[in-house]
Parts: sequence; structure tokens; C-alpha cells
Amino acid sequence: MDFTEDQIMRYSRHIILPEVGGKGQEKIAKAKVFMIGAGGLGCPVGYYLTAAGVGTLAMIDNDDVELSNLQRQIAHSTNTIGMPKVESAQATFGALNPDVNIVPLKFRLSKDNILDLIADYDIVIDGSDNFPTRYLVNDACVIAKKPLVSGAILRFEGHVTTVLPGDGHCYRCLFEEMPPPGLVPSCQEAGVLGVLPGIIGGLQAMETLKLILGKGDVLKETLLIYDALKTTFRKVKVRKNPECPVCGDNPSIKELQDYEANYCSS
Amino acid sequence: MEEIVSDKKIDIKGLKCPYTFVKSKLAIEGMEKGQVLEILLDYKEASNSIPKSMEAHGHKVLKVENINDTDWVLLIKKEKD
Ligand SMILES: [Zn+2]
Repeated sequence: MDFTEDQIMRYSRHIILPEVGGKGQEKIAKAKVFMIGAGGLGCPVGYYLTAAGVGTLAMIDNDDVELSNLQRQIAHSTNTIGMPKVESAQATFGALNPDVNIVPLKFRLSKDNILDLIADYDIVIDGSDNFPTRYLVNDACVIAKKPLVSGAILRFEGHVTTVLPGDGHCYRCLFEEMPPPGLVPSCQEAGVLGVLPGIIGGLQAMETLKLILGKGDVLKETLLIYDALKTTFRKVKVRKNPECPVCGDNPSIKELQDYEANYCSS
Repeated sequence: MEEIVSDKKIDIKGLKCPYTFVKSKLAIEGMEKGQVLEILLDYKEASNSIPKSMEAHGHKVLKVENINDTDWVLLIKKEKD
């Protein structure tokens, strides 16, 4: 691939790295990533992947920008309140790097559309904020054999894990079933210190780049837990569960089911 | 001593670091193992830093020569993909 002079300048700090080089940058430029959510996690993930020069970045989110998002959702702004989040983020990312093909999808992700949506993409990044979506995305990625970089945040704690279907654990190996609605904190209780999604989203973007480059270790069979108050990172080993209902030896989930429950899904 | 014939030449005069190395690296990436890249430059610091970086990347520096008041010629043999 021939880079333009501007691209050589723009990506020079990548190209210099022995682990990247022009060939690695070419891999990044050809990568197609699919992002679930353009909120707390999706904003930093999309921002950094756009800066890195990924080829195609799709993002799906059905919400509009609200004032209360702006304490942490850094791709949106006071001027884009009321605008669909995917359009607000597209404007921000497009201004940062016009090389990237940004695909905004403003509708709900569902069991009926997810497999078609992710079919053409190399990597899926989950930045959703609710359990039904998290399980739907996990099951779809296992069925479609798509690498999944999953992130979650709550108050002062963040989780990151990378699912490589057929080569390691999945989200259900970790937490087999969704927690019953009573155990899930309501959205009003679910405060979050605004920097936390930046840290977790940054880790997700880094996992994604390493998957694209095929360099380093990713969080395969590992759950990374960040405690912002204590400033600790803890890695927990996660074994693939041979009896996992979706990725085990005799899976009971062979097609996507109904994931809706009485959760707050804002 | 036998004259070394380069397989590819680049002129990066006018460029400063890190673009001197970025351009050199992109050039050598596109070559075959065993081939020799000739680099013409006029940014003094790069006459030190490019050979050092090329060695760190696993390549062999065959020559670093100050050819006149302003210019250097480097010869680098590609030894690693
Ligand atoms: Zn599993």
C-alpha cells in the first residue's frame, strides 16, 4: 500500500515502532471494526481508533445526545445535544481523521439484525451499558466466530476482557446467566466518575489494535479489573467452560434468543 | 575494497527527524532481504540516529559517509523482514 505524504506524517509515530511499521499501519488501514454503543466507552474507543487510522468504523446506537452524557462521553458536545449520538460522534471523528470510513447506525441492535450487521467486520467492540445487549453480543460473536473486545464500567470499577471464539473463554464462561433484574443496580444508582470510561475505553482500543496487528498479548481467558479508587489493576484467569451454554462442547444456545428483560437500558 | 551497489536509493534531503527514519523505514520494508538501501540526507542528527535505529530493527549498516559540507550517504543492508 502506498501512503500519501500526509499519511506518512500522520502515522509516523506508529510506523517508527518495530511492532507496527508500514506493514502494521496497512493492517490498521484495512481493518473493519464494529462498535456497539457511542456512549461512555464508544466515544474514547472510536476516538482512538479513528486517530489510529482504522479502515472502517461502524457504530450502532439508538440514543440522542443529552446534557447528562457530556460529563464523560467525549465525542459529543454542548452543540450536539439532541442530535443522534452516532451522528455527533461521526462529526467529531470525521474532523479528526478523514481517512476513516465511519458508518453511523441509528437503530436498536437486536437478535434479528446483529449477525447480518457484524458479518463484514473483523472485530466487534462492546461498549454497551446493559446486560441483555452484553449477552446478545457475546452469543452472536461466538456463533459468528468474531473476536470481541468487551468492556464494562460501574461507579469506580471497570472490566475488560477479549473473547476469541474457538480459542479461549467467552462472556458466558465468566458469567453464565444474566443477573436477575433485582441484583442489577438501577440506572439512577449507577453513577460513574467521568474519567473511568476513558480508561476502560482506552484499554479496549488498545486490545483492538493489538488484535489487528497480531502483536502482544490480549486479554484472552483473562478478566482485567480496574479499581479507580484504589488505583489497582487485577487480572483474573478465566477458564473456558466446557459446559458453557454457548461456546461449550454441547452448546444449548445455537441461535440467538430473546434477551429482553426488565432492565433499565438507557 | 569493492564498491557496494545499492538496490534502491532515496533522497530525504530537507527532512528532519523523525520523518527521516519514517521514510527510510518504509523504503526498506518494501525491499527483499539481502538488498541494500542507499539514503541521501542532509539532517546531521539523522546520520547518527538512522543507523542506530536500523540496527535496532535488525538491519546491517554498511556505510555512513559525510560526502560534502551538508550531505551524508548511508548504506543499509536489509537483514530482517
Ligand atoms: Zn463460553
